[in-house]
Amino acid sequence: MAELRTETMTVNMGPQHPSTHGVLRLVLELDGETIKSCMPTIGYLHTGIEKTAEQKKWQQVVPLVERMDYLAAQSNSLAYVLSVETLLGLEMPQRVKDIRVLLAELQRIASHLVWIGTHAMEIGAVSMLFYAIRERELLLNINELVAGFRFFPSYFRVGGLREDLPRGFHDAVTAFLDRFPAKIDEFEGLLTKNDMFTHRTQGVGVITLDEALAWGLVGPIARGSGSDYDVRKYFPYTGYETYDFKVPTATEGDVFARYRVRVEEMRQSVLISRQALERVTPSGAWACDDPRVVPPPKDKVYTEMEALIQHFLIYSQGFTVPVGDAYVPVEGPRGEHGCYVVSDGTNRPWRVKMRAPSFMAIQALPKVIQNGMIADVIAVIGSTDVVMGDCDR
Amino acid sequence: MDASSILDTLKTAVPGASYEAGASVDFATIYVPAASLVETCRALRDTPSLRFNVLIEVTAADYLPREPRFEVVYHVLSIPNRLRLRVKVRVASNEVDGVLPTVQSIWPAAGWPEREVWDMFGIIFAGHGDLRRLLMPEDWEGHPARKDYPVQIRKAAQTYEPLEVTEDEFKANIERDRLKRAH
Amino acid sequence: MNAHAHDHSPDGEFGFLTTKLEWLIQWARRSAIWPAQFGLACCAIEMMSMATSRYDVARFGAEVFRGSPRQSDLMIVAGRLSRKMAPAMRRVYDQMPDPKWVISMGACASVGGVFDNYAIVQGVDQVVPVDVYVPGCPPRPESLIYGLVQLQQKIARSRA
Repeated sequence: MAELRTETMTVNMGPQHPSTHGVLRLVLELDGETIKSCMPTIGYLHTGIEKTAEQKKWQQVVPLVERMDYLAAQSNSLAYVLSVETLLGLEMPQRVKDIRVLLAELQRIASHLVWIGTHAMEIGAVSMLFYAIRERELLLNINELVAGFRFFPSYFRVGGLREDLPRGFHDAVTAFLDRFPAKIDEFEGLLTKNDMFTHRTQGVGVITLDEALAWGLVGPIARGSGSDYDVRKYFPYTGYETYDFKVPTATEGDVFARYRVRVEEMRQSVLISRQALERVTPSGAWACDDPRVVPPPKDKVYTEMEALIQHFLIYSQGFTVPVGDAYVPVEGPRGEHGCYVVSDGTNRPWRVKMRAPSFMAIQALPKVIQNGMIADVIAVIGSTDVVMGDCDR
Repeated sequence: MDASSILDTLKTAVPGASYEAGASVDFATIYVPAASLVETCRALRDTPSLRFNVLIEVTAADYLPREPRFEVVYHVLSIPNRLRLRVKVRVASNEVDGVLPTVQSIWPAAGWPEREVWDMFGIIFAGHGDLRRLLMPEDWEGHPARKDYPVQIRKAAQTYEPLEVTEDEFKANIERDRLKRAH
Repeated sequence: MNAHAHDHSPDGEFGFLTTKLEWLIQWARRSAIWPAQFGLACCAIEMMSMATSRYDVARFGAEVFRGSPRQSDLMIVAGRLSRKMAPAMRRVYDQMPDPKWVISMGACASVGGVFDNYAIVQGVDQVVPVDVYVPGCPPRPESLIYGLVQLQQKIARSRA
């Protein structure tokens, strides 16, 4: 028999592909069904947010950064707000810190719900999407209650929060927290011991701990490979050191390990949220009392000239931030978010740069899927939980 | 660990380099000359009291009209020692001084962030090997994050993709396939 | 109402319907719109919410999101369109068979939104013809459903 002549085949995947979580493009070189090489192309969602932010006043940047990682709006704005507050040297009242922790954890659950829904759907468990989004709608309702916006509440502001919590907030969050743990069990019942799910995820897309750290994948991906690094434990911010929670880890480093880490993270988030909700009083301080940043209360604006001027200045010119730069990391749903802000002493930022965990995850994608099967590409992309808005900014 | 003790450790590890502590409000900041960047980064990663094993990000800031114009910022993280450090390198805008060595050999994660800095600021990383456009289209002109680049540009949206091969290359490809099939 | 049902048989064995063929075709087209599964940014998540149980766009016959543009007749441009993505989106649009419609979902797709900068196409109508604009950042799923109903009415008004 004559020797068979074989050659590799190049397959383009994306930027329009139902399972690449947006507009990621991969150029795959295949040998049969084995992936020989992979070249990701990003930038199809490059929005120039960092450049636009330089034109805005400090407070106006909050809605912009929320639109970067659109599944984790509160993580983005928390990172930005903390960085600016570090430059300003502001210290928040305890109640503001607790509300921030509570909303950030609910945001983490909401993001993980989209992840578990789409990830399972792409692997074949289509109904998971409906289960997950059903719960997420309750969280969006809470967002809407707090800020009148489902997606991007812009509730965290430099100097505190936008306003006080609305009536009915505690009931809504309590109702969700009471309901949700049973739903996680339901999700696990549908997936964790599901043969089809485990066969498609176990031993697939393995990344070792050393590789993960060398490629900068701090976050759930590294925790799936055995790292215990979590910003909330290593560099606590907004009072996370006072909460009692565990950092879930796994050691296998495959898709299934990352799945288990994230599911367990949702349970831990419920625990943190419960503790935070207990501490938050229905009304109280919702901003610091720094007159540079926070406008005076309305009754004073109506009666005192100085307060009126201060109110006018803050809303027309904004506030200035001392010269310098700051970077405060927070633990987002996808890993370490952080915002590097540079101030030149004016009322507009000189530079705003968001550290994007998805960016690093996509950079490392060729390493993870090389020599795998082409059908596993979808599973691996799903398990890294990339958001293109976060990656391209 | 503050900047001065990090600098003391570095000075013994990399003799002869001229470091400078920077002002900061969050964590230690050091200025490193471009010439000794790679050795410094290697020392930062490998010295047992530092062990900065994760590169968090590489970014830059354009301080037009100041000269040297750019500052390239590396945020590094030491998980074993629970440390963070900001490494800054001053980069001038001209062709000779506006070049930095790549730190990919120390942290492989530097590949794309350095590409992004080149894409956005036009700062060249010597020895990078893959310094192509990352976020912007391949045929884009200019580096958008520079301060002298406009925020909005008047340009019609491109609705077609240019052919990525020339006509000669296209014919050569056809010919090569034909020869392959003939064998 | 253009269709008239005539029941000529008292025991209901032979029901039939007279209508104009054109009406029938447009009725079929507007009642089963198949959108392309083409998400760009934040709005795509709201588009997903629209398809799931709380909003359930299946009530309006548009729940069959197709992975391939060749099987779809509606493109929902969900999110900001970057200059790099514009040629790819045009290609997706060109691959869709006629008749086809476009909903521009959200402020970014319609006019560029808050992102008035170098990277974003200031309105997707520079790239593809748009039938319905849905405002919002992102629009609520109800808004998108309203836009869909508007599109259905537009289809009903147009000639086959």
